[in-house]
Amino acid sequence: MNADLSVRIGKLRLKNPVILASGTVGYGNEISEFTDLSKIGAIITKSVSLNPRKGNPPQRIVETPSGMLNAIGLANVGVEEFIKSKIPFLTNLKSTIICNIAASTVEEYEECVKILDEQEAIKGFEINVSCPNVKEGGLIFGNDITAVAKITERVRAVTDKTIIIKLSPNVSSIYKFASAAKDGGADAVSAINTLVGTSFDIYSRRPKLSNITGGLSGPAIKPIALAKVLEISRNVDIPIIGIGGIMNWKDAVEFIICGASAIQIGTVNFINPNAGIEIIEGLVSYCAKMNILGIAELIASYQISK
Amino acid sequence: MLIDLATVQSNIKLKENVYLLKVFSPGIAASILPGQFCNIKVNESDYPLLRRPFSICDVEGEFIFFLFNVHGEGTEILSRKKEGDIIDILGPLGKGFTIGKEKNAIIAAGGLGVAPFPFLIKKLRDKNIQCIIGGRTDKEIITYGLVNVNVSTDDGSLGFRGTAVDLLRTKLAGQTLNDSIIYSCGPNPMMKALQGLVDEINVKCEISIECAMACGFGICQGCPVEKSVSDDKYYLVCKDGPVFNAKDIVL
Repeated sequence: MNADLSVRIGKLRLKNPVILASGTVGYGNEISEFTDLSKIGAIITKSVSLNPRKGNPPQRIVETPSGMLNAIGLANVGVEEFIKSKIPFLTNLKSTIICNIAASTVEEYEECVKILDEQEAIKGFEINVSCPNVKEGGLIFGNDITAVAKITERVRAVTDKTIIIKLSPNVSSIYKFASAAKDGGADAVSAINTLVGTSFDIYSRRPKLSNITGGLSGPAIKPIALAKVLEISRNVDIPIIGIGGIMNWKDAVEFIICGASAIQIGTVNFINPNAGIEIIEGLVSYCAKMNILGIAELIASYQISK
Repeated sequence: MLIDLATVQSNIKLKENVYLLKVFSPGIAASILPGQFCNIKVNESDYPLLRRPFSICDVEGEFIFFLFNVHGEGTEILSRKKEGDIIDILGPLGKGFTIGKEKNAIIAAGGLGVAPFPFLIKKLRDKNIQCIIGGRTDKEIITYGLVNVNVSTDDGSLGFRGTAVDLLRTKLAGQTLNDSIIYSCGPNPMMKALQGLVDEINVKCEISIECAMACGFGICQGCPVEKSVSDDKYYLVCKDGPVFNAKDIVL
């Protein structure tokens, strides 16, 4: 018999711990041509903001050693169009849908969550307080513990659905932010968002990205992400969704051992849009081999001797 | 649109730095339209990490051809592929060229911009086709799979001295163009010059453009291109293109 892969994140019970990360699956329609989304634990939509955002001009993407920089700039259709044209498709997916929210002000986060709370299809919210690629909001909030606490409290006040705060790694002590999110009423945190990076053309001496800096993702950031997950796990009692450079089931297991209750995959979706399913299959085999009956027993099972 | 582990049939060096890769991929080959592309993972490791987009050069039955030059680590790895090697291909992707009722097709390509045209030429069948091919020097002129070729080089080392758009302007001067279409692909400065020319002489023109991209099918949002009309969205090169009406985009 296969191991029980289900995990709990706040009020949500996911059939397995594999979540597709925001900004790497759009609103589900394109990737569904390559993979069976009904088998995925949860899907987090591309960030939605109150009003549509055009995003940054080209160039938005640069490949780096074992990673990539992106500066998309939260391009999205806005909450009204999202409800009209994207929710119907998401409703039929038979996966758990979590909506990622981006905003420039505390009020905008609150307003967005309030509007989307009425949507049956949306089971939870991931609050993006850490996008490195927009001028307002984003990292400004992500670097400010008081702001993170305040945003969490305000969105908590308008929804009973699961709230996940997506944390920035561009801070000195990430666990303090996780703690602030917990105190504000969050059900879980996602760690980590991308790291700020840049890349220059040595002949023109110009930045390759129009935004100058971008967010670094991919296997290059995995050791950093793991260390951040472990740091939170050892200091704060809150479910962690591990994210950062996960390419396969072994990476996923490593994150779960370091404290993640679930994991998100992002960059790998661009290369292998079926990676989520392959990771789930890998987890099943690993549990069988290790005599693990339920994947939950693996969470934060690190063996660290004092 | 599918992912296929395709077997390399041959990989021929056509010119210094330029290769023609032939792979066996019945699944993908069956549904390709001229002007579409594939996103190729050149190896299994995490470096290079991303797939790389390549124009589909030609299709013969269950085989697909890619014409590419070596300009980085990915293409360097691809240039070393030999018969029997496996490559991971995602495709076919994007919107290709429109084949309409025009009697005359003018193909204008710069450097490796010739890549998508051998397959298009096959599909153009009974049209009058003229090809105008430009490069900085004769070393950049590739005529694989083309017909009725006119060459231009910036340094005059082969054919007309000047750019492909200069040569095109000369060729088209005085012609009636209401039954003609230009299909073009090349570096951005060339595409921009061409946009200027077709605006001036009022001829239908489709251009295939290049852009850095990650996924190739619309989820990463990494390849925006500005629309000519004011809009709150960009086009995505991977999904809305790579072929656009020259009038529809701002480069």
